[in-house]
Amino acid sequence: MAEPMGFYTDTTVCIGCKACEVACKEWNQLPATNGGVNTLSGDSYDNTRTLDGIHWRHVKFIEQFTEDRKDGRWLLMSDVCKHCVHAACLEVCPTNAIIRTEFDTVVIQSDTCNGCRDCIAACPFGVIEINPASNTAQKCTLCYDRLQVGMEPACSKACPTDSIQFGTISDLRNRAEKRVAQLHQSGEKRAYLYGADEKMLGGLNSFYLLVDKPEVYGLPPDPKMPSRNLVPSSLYTIFGAILVGLIGLFNFRDRGAREHEEVQP
Amino acid sequence: MNGAPSSTYFTASPDWEWLIVFYFFFGGLAGGSYFLAVLLDFFGRPEDRPLARVGYYISFPCILISGILLTLDLNRPLRFWHMLVEPNTFQPMFKYWSPMSLGSWALLLFGLFSFIAFLGALAESRRIGWLEPRSLRPPGAVGSVLAVIGGLLGFYVAGYTGVLLAVTNRPIWSDTPLLGLLFIVSAASISAALMILWADRSRWSVPSLVALHRMDAWVVALEIIVLIAVVVSLGAVGRAWLNWWGVLLLITVLIGMIIPLALYWRRGWLGDLNLTTSAALVLLGGFLLRLIIVFSSEAI
Repeated sequence: MAEPMGFYTDTTVCIGCKACEVACKEWNQLPATNGGVNTLSGDSYDNTRTLDGIHWRHVKFIEQFTEDRKDGRWLLMSDVCKHCVHAACLEVCPTNAIIRTEFDTVVIQSDTCNGCRDCIAACPFGVIEINPASNTAQKCTLCYDRLQVGMEPACSKACPTDSIQFGTISDLRNRAEKRVAQLHQSGEKRAYLYGADEKMLGGLNSFYLLVDKPEVYGLPPDPKMPSRNLVPSSLYTIFGAILVGLIGLFNFRDRGAREHEEVQP
Repeated sequence: MNGAPSSTYFTASPDWEWLIVFYFFFGGLAGGSYFLAVLLDFFGRPEDRPLARVGYYISFPCILISGILLTLDLNRPLRFWHMLVEPNTFQPMFKYWSPMSLGSWALLLFGLFSFIAFLGALAESRRIGWLEPRSLRPPGAVGSVLAVIGGLLGFYVAGYTGVLLAVTNRPIWSDTPLLGLLFIVSAASISAALMILWADRSRWSVPSLVALHRMDAWVVALEIIVLIAVVVSLGAVGRAWLNWWGVLLLITVLIGMIIPLALYWRRGWLGDLNLTTSAALVLLGGFLLRLIIVFSSEAI
């Protein structure tokens, strides 16, 4: 297995140019929304709206301004699949359509997926959606096809400010930690890394440098694996089955079964 | 998304809608009525056998409908078999930790047991000329073994759907571990209600009909307790029901649980219609309950 690869996204240098979105769409031949007839969302400069089956990169525009708009700041962030080390989508997929690659990334095999949408409900980041062209669940592949021939993913290649950086996870973590230290030194004490260590789902192979709470960026503060509920929920269900069985037993008891004797036709 | 009561609020909706609501309803009926039929077979009087057969008559068509609904809900329905066989290796596809994977196998196996019981019931009542399948029903050894295994599978089919919802990251569904418990209790109540309706329509007066009605009342009372436990276990996420869904939930509790219970305790209220009204309301309540749980999360 090759060394784990991924993205480190430094949101402080993102300029919202959406080159990553365009490069992703171009390389992966993703169709346009609504046949290319776009409508304005009314949400800042964000007309992509969300990550889904045909948008595998999404630049978020977060406006933090005072009421009179004299003071404020933009938070910009290019969102993408997190390629979690403990991936919820991969865990629940009932067809094994979702696989972990030799680069430790998570890829949906479109020819195997049958569109049950369990992965959509499981993903803690709301990344996956159905691609209407293939009618299967789709998301960022971290350009698996490019990685296999030694190329860099299209989005990070296109990023003009190196907000999106691609590389081995260990190298990216080093770079990210240095950048956080640099920001702290220059007075931006709010900078921190989201998902860079193993505490969050075993580590996100696409992690972020943020300067506000995760929820401000639309990221869950405490993402969890769906399997956390498997054992307790199953035990409660078995308990329910026993209760119902006992109620049935008490209501039908003291009668032995005999065969083929009927009073009704 | 500031102030979201749970990290589950950052997820996307899988668009499990009407087909899944109906599947949960018919799946509950299939598993529940099979199980009740098995109970009647083992513990009922000989004259209760027609009522037990009703359970099997309900179970098989319901599981058949369930399979069709689930297949239609797939975005690629022709690939339904990918749930059971890996298309690249043709090896069996089985993940015990994925409720959907385990559920697919349970549906297949339960479908088989349900079909055998259906055939046995038809043969026993001489609705088909082929009488041999009668031995596939209790109390014979083969029939008893089939009934026990089928009953356990029926329970699984009736309850796993709640576990399936819990093993996601969606609001409400994954914020409580009690949906499987709620669904299995509800499956028993709606199945008993449908069997009562069937028996009443056929103008039977088998002794176990009274027992079945009494059992249904107990199970509906249990359902109310479990539903309260679900709301409590949701904690801050329970605020998701402070809207029309909450109103509908209250209406469901009233018409699908409290009124049927009241009708059970006050049997003279509606005279001859008491039993059927109560059973019909329980069925309606069971359907609405599933609708609220599925759609109120989808709406977030």
